[in-house]
Amino acid sequence: MAGKGGVGKTTVSAALAHAAALAGLSTLIVEVEGRTGLPAMFGQGELTYDEVVLSPGGGPGGAADVRARTLTADAALLEYLRDHGLSRLSKRLVSSGALDVVATAAPGIKDILLLGKVKQLERAGTADLIVLDAPAAGHAIAFLQSARSLLDTVSVGPINAQARDVLELLEDHRRCQVMLVTIPEETPVNEAVETAFSLEDRVGVGLGPIVVNGVVTDVPGLDADPVAAAEEVGVALRPGEGEALAAAASFRRGRMALQAEQIGRLGAQLPLPQLRLPFLFTTDIGPRDLDVLAGALLAEIDALAGLPL
Amino acid sequence: MTVPGTQGPAAVTDGDRLDGVVTERSIIVCCGSGGVGKTTIAAVTALEGAGRGRKTVVVTIDPARRLADALGLAGLSNTPSRIEGDWPGELWATMLDTRSTFDALVAKYAGSPEQAQRILANRFYRNIAGALSGTQEYMAMEKLYELHEETDFDLVVVDTPPTRHALDFLDAPRRLSRFLEHRLFRVLMAPSRGIVRAVNVAAQAFLRTVSKVVGGDVVDDAMAFFQAFEGMEEGFRQRAARVNELLAAPETAFVLVASPRRDTVAEAQFFADRLGEAGIAVQGLVVNRVHPSFGAGLGEAAAERARTLEGTDLGGLYRNLADYRTVSAKELAHLGGLADAVAPAPVVWVPFLSTDVHDIAGMGGLAAHLFSR
Repeated sequence: MAGKGGVGKTTVSAALAHAAALAGLSTLIVEVEGRTGLPAMFGQGELTYDEVVLSPGGGPGGAADVRARTLTADAALLEYLRDHGLSRLSKRLVSSGALDVVATAAPGIKDILLLGKVKQLERAGTADLIVLDAPAAGHAIAFLQSARSLLDTVSVGPINAQARDVLELLEDHRRCQVMLVTIPEETPVNEAVETAFSLEDRVGVGLGPIVVNGVVTDVPGLDADPVAAAEEVGVALRPGEGEALAAAASFRRGRMALQAEQIGRLGAQLPLPQLRLPFLFTTDIGPRDLDVLAGALLAEIDALAGLPL
Repeated sequence: MTVPGTQGPAAVTDGDRLDGVVTERSIIVCCGSGGVGKTTIAAVTALEGAGRGRKTVVVTIDPARRLADALGLAGLSNTPSRIEGDWPGELWATMLDTRSTFDALVAKYAGSPEQAQRILANRFYRNIAGALSGTQEYMAMEKLYELHEETDFDLVVVDTPPTRHALDFLDAPRRLSRFLEHRLFRVLMAPSRGIVRAVNVAAQAFLRTVSKVVGGDVVDDAMAFFQAFEGMEEGFRQRAARVNELLAAPETAFVLVASPRRDTVAEAQFFADRLGEAGIAVQGLVVNRVHPSFGAGLGEAAAERARTLEGTDLGGLYRNLADYRTVSAKELAHLGGLADAVAPAPVVWVPFLSTDVHDIAGMGGLAAHLFSR
C-alpha cells in the first residue's frame, strides 16, 4: 500500500487485511516506519518486531486471523547475518553504527533488507496475504526502486543476491502488486497519478486497483428544503434548526460535488479500476469502523469482479 | 466567511491569531506530520509578512505544482526569487535544493578548492547529499541559518520535510556531524603504532568482512570520502551547533500544523513535548481542515430525530446534521488537550476550504483564518 501522507494509507491497509481475513485469507500486516495508529484500529497495543495477533479469526463466518509486525533494517540485518552464520559480525555492524555508513555507501541497502525480509516471509508461506504499509508516496518509489539501484552498486555477494530476489518478487505481478491510496482532492489525485506512472516505468511493479479513501456518501433527502420536509411529516422545527439543517446539507453537497470532480479526473488520467471507501464521520478508526470499511471494500471488489479487466 | 447556522470552535477570538508571530519574529518554522498542509501554511504566513511591510522569504520543500507555479518556483533554484504583488513589503520564495546547499557548505569549510573538489566528486559524498536519511532535514535548517545570517531578510519562513516523524530535523544536524566523525573510520585512518595498531588490525578484519557483504568498491568509496573529509569535521560541528542555537533563540518561532485526527494530534503532541525538552516553546498551533460545527446547542436531538424519522427527507437531513455534529465533537475533543499543551500559544482553526490553495488569491483567503484583519 502506497500513498501520500494523510490519505489514510494505514487505515486502508488495516481495512484490506480485515477484508481478506473475512474472506478466509490469513493476513500479515508489515509496518516499516515505526510508530503507527494501526494496532489501535484493532483495539490492540504497540507492534513489535515479532508478530502479534491483531484479530484472532474464527467466529461464525470462519474468518482467518490478522497478524502484524514492524520491521526495522537493523533488526532485519541482524537476523539475516545470524541466519548466514555471521552473528559476530552482525552485532558489531549494528552497535558501531557501521550500518549507517554502509547504508550510505550503498543507498537502498536498508530498503533491500526490509524488502528482503518481506520476500522471505512470502516464500515461507507465513500468511496467505502480506500487506506492506509502505513509506509515504515520494519515499515509496525510492523504497521499491532500491533493488534495481543496488544491483548497479553492489555487483557481488549476498546483498546482490537479495536484491535479485526482491526484484524478481516485485516484477512478478501474480505474487506482488502495489495498491495506491488517495483521497478525492486535487493535490492527492495529482500525486497518485504521478506515483502510479513512476512505479510502472521505474520499478516495473504491477498496479492493483487504486483505493479512493474518504468519499462522502449521499444521504437521501439531502436536496430537500428543511421547512417543507418538516411540514410533510408534521414535525415542528426549533428556532435556528432549519438553517442548521440546510447549512449542513449544503456543506455535504459541496464536498460531494468537489469529490465527484476529482474522482472523474482521477479516472480520466489513470486507467486503473477504483475501489471507493466511504468517509467515516470519526477521527479515530476503531474495530467497528474497520468492519464498515472492510465491508465496503469487499462490495467494491465484488463489483469490479464483474468488469472486464 | 460565515456560513449561516454554523459556529466556529469557541476558542477563537481575534486576539488569539498568529499576528504576533509574523510581526515580531525573524524566523518561523512550520512543522507537523505529512499531509497536514504545512507547505501552504508556510506560504500564507510569508505572504502575511510581506503584507505587513517585512522583507520576507519562504523556503518550501516540496510544494504541489500549482502552488510552486504561483510562487514562481517553476524550476528548482537554490536562490530566492522575488514574487511581485500588491503588498508593502517584499515576498521572495525558494525551493530547498538539498544537494547544492550541501555542496556550498562543503565548499565553505574545505581547506582548499582541491579538497572541496575531491569531496564533491566522491560517490559516497553524492550518496550522503542525495539519500542519507536526515540530510534533507539538516539542509532545510542550514538554508534557514544561511538566509537569516547572510542576507537582509526581516523574516524567514521555512517549511519542514514531510517526514512521518516531524521532529527529525531537530536531531539531524547532530546526527550528521556524528556520522561525519565516524569513529570506525577514524580508527582505520589512525597511524598504525602500538595499541592503535592492534585496534587497526581488528578494524581491518572487520572491514574485509563488510567488503564481502557489499563489495569492495563500496568500502573504498567510503574510505576515500572520510580521507578527503579529514579536517572539516570541526567546522561542520560548530556550524551545526550554531544552527541549533538559532532554532532555540527567542527570534525563532515554531508553528505547529496539525489536522484534527487522532494520529496527527498525537504526533503534534509528541512534537510539542520534544520541543519543550529542547527548551523551545511552540508559538502557535494551526489546526487545518476542521469540520464546521453546525447547529451548536441542538445536542443529541439531531441523532435521535434521524432515527425516529428514518426514511423521510427530514430524517435524511437530520442524519446528515448528526454526522457533522459527531465528527465536529470528536475533533474538538482531540484538540482540547493539544491546545492546553501549547498554551499560552494561540490556536487557530482553519475550516475545510472548498478548493485547494494554489494562487495568491487563495492564499489571501486562507490568511483571513490565521491573522486578524
